[in-house]
Amino acid sequence: MTKPSLVYVNNIAAPPEKVWQALTDPEFTQRYWYGTRVESDWKVGSPITFVKGPGMGAPDTGRVLVADKPRTLAFSWHIAWGEMAKEKDSRVTFTIEPDGAGSKLTLVHDEFEEGSAAAESLKNGWPAILAGLKKALESQAP
Amino acid sequence: MDMDDVFKALADPTRRELLDRLRAGNGQTLGELCERLDMSRQAVTKHLAVLEAANLVTSVRRGREKLHYLNPAPIGEIYDRWIGKYEQARVAALADLKRALEEKEK
Repeated sequence: MTKPSLVYVNNIAAPPEKVWQALTDPEFTQRYWYGTRVESDWKVGSPITFVKGPGMGAPDTGRVLVADKPRTLAFSWHIAWGEMAKEKDSRVTFTIEPDGAGSKLTLVHDEFEEGSAAAESLKNGWPAILAGLKKALESQAP
Repeated sequence: MDMDDVFKALADPTRRELLDRLRAGNGQTLGELCERLDMSRQAVTKHLAVLEAANLVTSVRRGREKLHYLNPAPIGEIYDRWIGKYEQARVAALADLKRALEEKEK
């Protein structure tokens, strides 16, 4: 078992179903994921396409590994950008737990290559994406 | 999350030191964090519990080991609350200036 590279926990004032929707609905992901539409039918084994905003380059790709709505979502991720495109797929696991009236969202990103540039870059990327996700969900009318 | 917990957790130099160590190397065990710290394991365990309660540190289990990670979400919220998006560019410019000046002094 390798050591997970990145682990983040966010408390979000929205129920797990809403958090799940925010992660899986391209209209929603576009609002906080640097304009990226995350498109998939979210069935285990199905492909995922990360369609980026204008001028942001070719889409990243992935595959659904676990889809246990609204608790666990895991997928492989291949970044198409620059040198990172040469790296093997990494794995993203979101766990959503009810927390009072809201949710606790845990992200574990692991299975990076040794010395991965993607892992280094995502150290700045994920906190921004997750903060955006939280803000987008909490500013929604209930 | 209670912001009082975050500020109380950050108000202690040892706990800030632990956060610095996690920033330098994420995913450390208690044993690794205790190295070179002049403090008992019990004391470090207590400090980590305070940081975890404030959500500044999160942990995952790997077999029998518990790995600790710096969780930046609460600090991001402090930043959002008092800096806001219009101030960001100016604050970043000032921080760059400070860094440039301080590097010259070295």
